[in-house]
Amino acid sequence: MKRFLVSTVAASALALMLGMSSARAESAVDPNIKQGGDIIITYKDDVATLDPAIGYDWQNWSMIKSLFDGLMDYEPGTTNLTPDLAESYDISPDGKTFTFKLRHGVKFHNGREMTADDVKYSLDRVTNPKTQSPGAGFFASIKGYDDMAAGKAEGLSGVTVVDPYTVKFELTRPDATFLHVMAINFSHVVPKEEVEKYGADFGKHPVGTGAFKLAEWTLGQRIVFERNADYWHKGLPHLDKITFEIGQEPIVALLRLQKGEIDVPGDGIPPAKFQEVMADPEQKARVVEGGQLHTGYVTMNTTMAPFDNVKVRQAVNMAINKARIVQIINNRAVPANQPLPPSMPGYDKDFKGYAYDVAKAKALLAEAGHPDGFETQLFVMNTDPNPRIAQAIQQDLAAIGIKASLQSLAQANVIAAGGDKAGAPMIWSGGMAWIADFPDPSNFYGPILGCAGAVPGGWNWSWYCNKDLDAKAAEADSMVDPAKSADREKMWSAIYDKIMEDAPWAPVFNEQRFTMKSARMGGADNLYVDPVHIPINYDNVYVKDVQ
Amino acid sequence: MITYLGRRIIQSALILLGVSLITFALLYLLPADPVRQIAGRSATPETVENIRRQLGLDQPFVIQYWRYLGGLINGDLGRSYIQRSQVTELIVSRLPASLLLMVGAIVCELAIGLTMGLIAAVKRGTPTDQTLMVASFVGVSAPQFVVGLLLLYVFAVRLGWFPIGGYGTWRHLVLPSLTMGILGAGWYARMMRSSMIDVLRQDYMRTARAKGLARAAIIFRHALPNAILPVIAMIGIDVGIFMGGIVVVESVFGWPGIGQLAWQAIQRVDIPIIMGVTLVSACAIVLGNLLADIVAPFIDPRIKLR
Repeated sequence: MKRFLVSTVAASALALMLGMSSARAESAVDPNIKQGGDIIITYKDDVATLDPAIGYDWQNWSMIKSLFDGLMDYEPGTTNLTPDLAESYDISPDGKTFTFKLRHGVKFHNGREMTADDVKYSLDRVTNPKTQSPGAGFFASIKGYDDMAAGKAEGLSGVTVVDPYTVKFELTRPDATFLHVMAINFSHVVPKEEVEKYGADFGKHPVGTGAFKLAEWTLGQRIVFERNADYWHKGLPHLDKITFEIGQEPIVALLRLQKGEIDVPGDGIPPAKFQEVMADPEQKARVVEGGQLHTGYVTMNTTMAPFDNVKVRQAVNMAINKARIVQIINNRAVPANQPLPPSMPGYDKDFKGYAYDVAKAKALLAEAGHPDGFETQLFVMNTDPNPRIAQAIQQDLAAIGIKASLQSLAQANVIAAGGDKAGAPMIWSGGMAWIADFPDPSNFYGPILGCAGAVPGGWNWSWYCNKDLDAKAAEADSMVDPAKSADREKMWSAIYDKIMEDAPWAPVFNEQRFTMKSARMGGADNLYVDPVHIPINYDNVYVKDVQ
Repeated sequence: MITYLGRRIIQSALILLGVSLITFALLYLLPADPVRQIAGRSATPETVENIRRQLGLDQPFVIQYWRYLGGLINGDLGRSYIQRSQVTELIVSRLPASLLLMVGAIVCELAIGLTMGLIAAVKRGTPTDQTLMVASFVGVSAPQFVVGLLLLYVFAVRLGWFPIGGYGTWRHLVLPSLTMGILGAGWYARMMRSSMIDVLRQDYMRTARAKGLARAAIIFRHALPNAILPVIAMIGIDVGIFMGGIVVVESVFGWPGIGQLAWQAIQRVDIPIIMGVTLVSACAIVLGNLLADIVAPFIDPRIKLR
């Protein structure tokens, strides 16, 4: 979905994250940055909720990160895991027990100290079916999860409070992604008394331990964050106040940015204005470009003729002119040849994929018994630029004889068609494409290419299910030992290479991110394309006019 | 009068019931599954089914609708799927902005429309009349999205007279009201013109002229009050046009009303909000029409309530 999530640029290797253990210093804060000032950020849509157990769109993802903290986090502007509310952690040799030592003196916005009980409460809450958390599934490896999901238990038996500053997690299987799971919003720590006070409305009255606290929320108009003076991370945040103005069209936001009325248009540069902005040196200087963990792809339903024939799928891969499609979207992306985006650990740099080759595609199609092509349907979400991209794909397919009619529908309808086994022969994923929840290669497999996702209502729209690869994936994810992280990445590369042999997808491009900011905003560029903070890392940026 | 009122109120209630049934059925038949939207892409099938059960969406249509009606009677429009807040609270928080915009739009359309219509009627057949009628035609036909962006560009961005969208002061109100008002102004100009021409043709007008009254006195003292009343009675019916327009205009200007709420809810398949806004709008339209019908005989004695 458009509102899917956190994208993450993995600059780092998994080795880094797994190599880390026990205590480490808080990431350094530049002492020369003066604290103070306020900024204005605009958004078109309402902020749905600020409850970390519920919020799951790219707009509230980063806001929640500023109000709440988790046991783990990432170093600002990177994908390097670092302990956050945890001071240190320890992984048992079998990879099934994680013990976290908590920081002392961390206070919730209501003044109470955060302890191990709060950590346990927060995880019990997020996995309780009554909470209806979209992120509950991330915790499936914790012991007792199944009983929670079935409504048979009130708490996770695998989470134990050892003492007020120690919490222990027991897993049912070794899980190499568990530290990432402890960094995603769904695991962020909430105070029980406030959740019980507000009930289902906690999302409108968030109370956490984060760098900012909620000062005002006028529905449909604005949200104001104020600096948390008691924040445990000394020196942060730099800003006194952030005002989020809601209900502003991106094009209007850009005009206001140009007049100096706002600091960051949260919805980015509107596509129609992109070239104009980039052609103007003064404006372009205030644009920060970065990668994101996104892949746009065409799915082919492997259970539907003629896409049940691998040669047909390979022919489609060779028929699509990706360079031209990238041009259509003003070069806001780079061509892709495999499911993983380039900055993801496990990306295979040496993999060549299927080069654009019309003659070879035609030959493959003939070999598959379709020398004159065939008729099919290509489903696409009906918002720009997706229909234009689909038209380009349609033309490319026509060149090898495949006559694809376009089914341009609302997002929800395309998702519904993809989740129906007999629903859609082909889908262009634009507007609904996968963006990783956390920077780990496994996140691109299970729900979109594994057997688990090939179920009614699932996200594996190719209905590709390779039991062999499922077993390999499970094996890779059980390699928790930091010393073997390079091997684990290699295993994942091999899995994706094999997938490309079977070609259930035609990967088309990886989107780039472009954040625009006002001239008064300061801080390193990577804070403005922070892999886990969209649009920007609110805690670490500052304004120059108070310096 | 009382019987008439009673009958009309019963009729209105039936209309609202019908609207709720049709909307509910249409949303029920949507191929999109709201539970999937809530559960997110990482949810297991059990989680999805669990949420479906908790929301009662596993029940047959009739039971779901019956439950919804039950809530409705108690003033409960349910909780938003995405925002998880009470729909009533979301709508109530945004209603004042929409009402303010409506008032602003009515002022604009009457001021512009009636003036144009009056001038056109007085100058009937002249180039002024023709120009005004062409202008009113453009006003009626121009898409509000285009008008809104045009006004925004010229008066806010270029000239800087008004803020670029937003909400708060009277200056924020001007451009969105104008955008909404231009459409209505076109209609009012046409109605006012024909109503005025009607009146000017009457015998007592000729008598007034024969008595040597000044032209201004004839138009403003004798013709205008008679011509304007039937036109004003149309305001109630305007409500329907407004409800359609606010979705677009509020989005363009970042106006925090229920139109914007509806637009976002549609994009996210947030069914309780879509239902709620539809019902509130339907209420407004039904009330507007009722009001127009009740007021009409007081304004124009030729109309009788039956």
